[in-house]
Amino acid sequence: MREPLILRMLSALDARTRLGVAGFLAVALLLVPVLHLALPADSAFHVSTYAITLLGKIMCYAIVAVAMDLIWGYGGILSLGHGIFFALGGYAFGMYLMRQIGRDGSYQSDLPDFMVFLDWKELPWYWTGSDSFLWVALLVVLVPALVAFVFGYFAFRSRIKGVYFSIITQALTYAAMLLFFRNETGFGGNNGFTDFKRVLGYTITSSETRLVLFGLTATVLAFTFMFARWLVASKYGRVLTAIRDAESRVMFIGYDPLWFKLFIWTLSAVLCGIAGALYVPQVGIINPSEMSVANSIEIAIWVAVGGRGTLIGPIVGAFVVNLAKSWFTVSFPEYWLFFLGLLFIVVTLMLPQGLVGLWKTAWKTLRGAQGAKA
Amino acid sequence: MSARDVMRKIIGIEIDETSQFGYPARQRMLDVSHNVILYLDDITVSFDGFKALNKLNLMIDAGELRCIIGPNGAGKTTMMDVITGKTRPDSGTAFFGQTIDLTKLSEPQIAHTGIGRKFQKPTIFEQHSVFENLELAMTADKRALTTLAAWLRDDDRDRIADTLRQIRLDGEADRPAGLLSHGQKQWLEIGMLLMQEPKLLLLDEPVAGMTDDETMRTAELFVSLAGKHSLVVVEHDMAFVKALGGKVTVLHEGSVLAEGELDAVQNDQRVIEVYLGR
Repeated sequence: MREPLILRMLSALDARTRLGVAGFLAVALLLVPVLHLALPADSAFHVSTYAITLLGKIMCYAIVAVAMDLIWGYGGILSLGHGIFFALGGYAFGMYLMRQIGRDGSYQSDLPDFMVFLDWKELPWYWTGSDSFLWVALLVVLVPALVAFVFGYFAFRSRIKGVYFSIITQALTYAAMLLFFRNETGFGGNNGFTDFKRVLGYTITSSETRLVLFGLTATVLAFTFMFARWLVASKYGRVLTAIRDAESRVMFIGYDPLWFKLFIWTLSAVLCGIAGALYVPQVGIINPSEMSVANSIEIAIWVAVGGRGTLIGPIVGAFVVNLAKSWFTVSFPEYWLFFLGLLFIVVTLMLPQGLVGLWKTAWKTLRGAQGAKA
Repeated sequence: MSARDVMRKIIGIEIDETSQFGYPARQRMLDVSHNVILYLDDITVSFDGFKALNKLNLMIDAGELRCIIGPNGAGKTTMMDVITGKTRPDSGTAFFGQTIDLTKLSEPQIAHTGIGRKFQKPTIFEQHSVFENLELAMTADKRALTTLAAWLRDDDRDRIADTLRQIRLDGEADRPAGLLSHGQKQWLEIGMLLMQEPKLLLLDEPVAGMTDDETMRTAELFVSLAGKHSLVVVEHDMAFVKALGGKVTVLHEGSVLAEGELDAVQNDQRVIEVYLGR
C-alpha cells in the first residue's frame, strides 16, 4: 500500500515551498492572533479587525485564483463565469447563517426577514435542513459540484472549446445572477443575505470568531495549494497539460478528454464553493452581484497578473490586485476600473508570465550578473 | 447513458463493454481469424458535395506492411480519419478484424482496440519531456481517476527505456520534446505509437523532413515491426516505399486506382497518368 495522500502531497513539494507553507501557516495561525489580541489597539504592531477581515477576504479570493489556475493554466479552459460557483457556495452557507439569526431579526420571526417582508408563511422546500451546519456544509460542496458537472458534461461532450466555452460560462453566471435577483427565487433578491449574528452559536463579529475564520481560511488556502501542486505533478496533471497542448493526440493514444476535463472542472468549482462559504461569514454579506460577469473576469485577471500555470502566481496576483483595489477604491474610487484595465493590458502585452515570470527573469539576470563578476 | 453509467465512470470501477460513451479498460477482443485485420467496404465521405472518399474498398492482412500513395486530395488522410473515428462515413462499413465496427466507436475507444495513428505533422506534447511523452502513450488504464492514482513501476521504466533506445532518443529522455529536431519528433511520435502496443499502425508521411539516413533507418524499423504488427504507411517518398517493399495501393479521387507490387504499379498506365507522370 502506498503512503496516505497527505504525505504524498508533502513529498511532492520541494524544501523551499514546504518552508514557505509552514511559515505562512505560522503567521496566520499564531502571529496574527497574538498581534490582534495581545497588543493594545494603538500599538504600531497591532493587527486591526479591518486588516483581518480584508486579508481573510483576499485569502478566499486566492483559493478561487488557484482553482482558476488549475483549469486555465493547466487545463487550457478559460472560464469567465467562475463567480457562479463562488456565489453558490456562499449562498449555501448563507442560508445557515440566516437561520442562525433565529428570532433576533427585525421582525422577530423564525423566518428570515426578507421572507416575512414578502409575506411568506413558511420556508421553501429547498431551505429544508438549512439550520443544520453539517447539511449546509455538504451543500457547499455538492451544489457547485452538481452545477459544474452537468454544465461541464454537456459542454465538453459537445467539444466546445476556447472562446466559445468562455462565452457560455459568462452566459451561465449572468443567467444565474438574474435568477437570484428575483425575490421569488427565495434567496433575498437583490439584497441577498446579510445581518448575520452567529455561526455555530458564536457571535460572528467577536474577535475570536473572526480569528478562527481567518485561520480556517488560511489553512484551506494552504491545503488547496499543496493539493494542486500534487495534482499537477501527477500523471493526471501531465495528461491534463497534454490535452491543453495537443488534444487530438491525447484522444488517439486512448484518453477520453471529456472525463479529464470534467474532473478538474468540477474540482475547481468545489474549491470556489468552499472559498465562497468562508467568504460570507467574514464579509457579512452575499448578494447576486457576486455572480456578475465583471467579478468573474476579475478572477481571470488575478491569475494573469500573478502568472498562470504556476499556482503560486495566482495567489500573489489575488493579493496584489485586491490590495491595490482596496487602496484605490478608498483614495481614487473613480480611477479603479481604468487602473484594472491598464493592468490587464500591461500584463498581457509585456508580462505574459505575470509577476512570477518577472521575478524569475529578474532573479536569473541578477544571478547572471553576479556570475559574470565572479 | 444512464446516471449510473456516469457515476460508475467517475468512480472508475468496472465499465460496461457495450457502453457507447465509455471505453473498456481491457481491450476489445480483436478477431483476425480470417487473417484480415482491416476491412473498408464501399466507404463514401463527402464534404459539401465534394467526395473525399468515393466507394473506397480496402483490405489489409494481419501482419502486412501496406503503402498507400496517391496525389494530394486523393483521400489518404480522410481514410485515416475514418479508420480512427475522427470522421464518420456517409455510407459503407469499416471493420477492425471480424467483429469491431469502427464507425460506432469514439477516437479513444478505437485507440483502445489497438489502432495507433501518427499524424502528418508530428504531433507530440512539446512541453513534456521525451520520457513523459512515452509515459503518457504507454498502455495503461487510461480513465481519469485511475490516472490520478497511477505511478510508474520498474518494468514500466524498463519498457520506456527500451523504446527510447529503439527510436534512438535515449540521450534525450529529459529534454522537452519541443526542442527536438523535426526528424527526432517524427521518431518520438513513432515511439509513442509503439508504447501503445497497437495491432495496426497508421502512419501518415512518417519520414517527411527526415534526412536520407534517418529515412532508411525508419524503413528498417517498420520492416522489423511488420509481422507482429500491421502497418499502413502513407508516403510520397518513392525511395522509402521501395525500401519498405510491401504491397502498394494507389488512391485517386477517393477510390483505389491500382494495387500490387511497386514495380507493377509504377508501370500501370493509369497510375502514370494521374500521379507518377506529373
